[in-house]
Amino acid sequence: MNKSTANTSLPAWWQAAPFTLVFVLFFLIPLALILMVSFWNFNEYELLPGFTFKNYFSIFEGCTELTDNGDICVTLKTYFSTLKFCLLVWLITLLIGFSVAYFLAFHVRSQGMQTALFLVCTVPFWTSNVIRMISWVPLLGRNGLINQTLTGAGIVDQPVEWLLFSDFSVVLAFVHLYTMFMIVPIFNSMMRIDRSLLEAASDAGASVWQTLWNVIVPLSRTGILIGSIFVITIVMGDFVTIGVMGGQQIASIGKIIQVQTSYLQFPLAAANAVILLAVVLMIIWGLTRLVDIRKEL
Amino acid sequence: MNEKRAPGFWPLAAVFAAFVLFLYGPMICIFVLSFQGPEGGLTFPLRGVSLHWFYKLAEGLGTVDIGAAFRRSLLLGALVMLFTVVLSVLAGLAFRKKLSGGNTLFFVTVASLIMPSIIVSLGIGLQFRLIDTGIKSILTSMDATSMLEGYGTALGLLTSALGAHLTWTLPFGLLIMFAVFNRFNPAYEEAARDLGATPWQTFRHVVLPLIGPSVVGIGMFGFTLSWDEIARTSQAIGDVNTLPLELQGLTSTVTTPSIYALGTVTTVVSFLVMGVAVALARGLARRQVKR
Repeated sequence: MNKSTANTSLPAWWQAAPFTLVFVLFFLIPLALILMVSFWNFNEYELLPGFTFKNYFSIFEGCTELTDNGDICVTLKTYFSTLKFCLLVWLITLLIGFSVAYFLAFHVRSQGMQTALFLVCTVPFWTSNVIRMISWVPLLGRNGLINQTLTGAGIVDQPVEWLLFSDFSVVLAFVHLYTMFMIVPIFNSMMRIDRSLLEAASDAGASVWQTLWNVIVPLSRTGILIGSIFVITIVMGDFVTIGVMGGQQIASIGKIIQVQTSYLQFPLAAANAVILLAVVLMIIWGLTRLVDIRKEL
Repeated sequence: MNEKRAPGFWPLAAVFAAFVLFLYGPMICIFVLSFQGPEGGLTFPLRGVSLHWFYKLAEGLGTVDIGAAFRRSLLLGALVMLFTVVLSVLAGLAFRKKLSGGNTLFFVTVASLIMPSIIVSLGIGLQFRLIDTGIKSILTSMDATSMLEGYGTALGLLTSALGAHLTWTLPFGLLIMFAVFNRFNPAYEEAARDLGATPWQTFRHVVLPLIGPSVVGIGMFGFTLSWDEIARTSQAIGDVNTLPLELQGLTSTVTTPSIYALGTVTTVVSFLVMGVAVALARGLARRQVKR
């Protein structure tokens, strides 16, 4: 027995080597390169190796004071707008995701039914996001189903314009696409809750709400945390959903990076990516602290 | 079943039903609208039922060669599926043993899963452009002018795009393997070993049949996630495009139901793969019971 455990160390690494190699080649090295190039210079034709903070300065240029119109600078404005989407989408997906997971975990009794309904919630995850975005066009468009209904019923005279290619449609699409990332981890946490705790709570005279708030929510916190991290990192870095559902009119950090890359301004894009990553990491750090503090109380 | 439902059942059931309608309603709409008659437009009502827009799609949309993009995406999806299955299973087996640095590897894998895709994409795009610069300067210093002129870029479907997709599919593969091996009973392996089976025989005839259905699941994740991937591919593919990237470009230019037809076709492919995976996993599970 001793011989076999001593010998497993090398083959174990050989087995993990191809997997590791992919992440070294296509994840760690690219991240290191982003950090490096964010300090480089560039002109219209090529990247110029060096060490300068110019890219970072130019991103925050003019951010120390308000513009003539009393506005904040573009970078901060974009971050605030992205954070606003983030907060809205997080709240809505958390609310819907928690309700759906709660229903599946505690109200659906037969296991077969539970699995079937869970799959119904997750199948769209394996289909195309862009298709799911454009599938809103026949509903929300100027001549879409909703406007036809509203004008037909005489509720509005003119078709409502803000349904599509607006902040509203962006948030709607985010919720449509990513609530799944909340449901799955929260459902998973809820299924691990010992059912006798719920009985104990009700025997001790707790109402349904009290049980929910004092037993189920604290015990689902890991799932809530994982789901929140998924949703927040996706929305913070998004440029596809905001692009398609915003009619290419709404700014986001991801979009800035994408545009700068397409103009081959790699150092600028890299500096933006570093800042975005720092913001995302701070949010995640804050979230994990929040959960730990709850545990300590 | 006649037992009284817990309080809150009906309101929550209503929320759930509304959510499912919200999930599937729009998709069903474009599925129906893709069979729009030749006179019909992007919205209801349906003006007749036809395959007109599918024919239009087959002829190509504007300058975009849909067929070529379709074949590229199929090829990439199949390769990503293969790599995801093999590498995840191997890594999953490695994690069951004593693996020094295993925690770091797991941390990196999870980091790759939650890293904003645009950052990964930018990094890989940047990496390959720097490789291009390096290769070109080497060729210049070697005076290999003809090779220099022939050299385009290292960016491509089977290099950078494949790598970008794997950073997205492999974390799912590893997490599934963890879930599988958490519930795996090592007694079967020990029995095989006691009967004199080699490590390969143990894996091939004992472990693999037991984890088979989950391995099929990993394959399905690999293909479907690659088939629909946009964000990580966008900056990391170079001149050619995959089907979802073409589709994203078409959303702002195409104003006919052809785009819905394209949506129906790609969704059908996704569902076919899911169907095959479920059937295969069930078949494997049944064979296990029979034995």
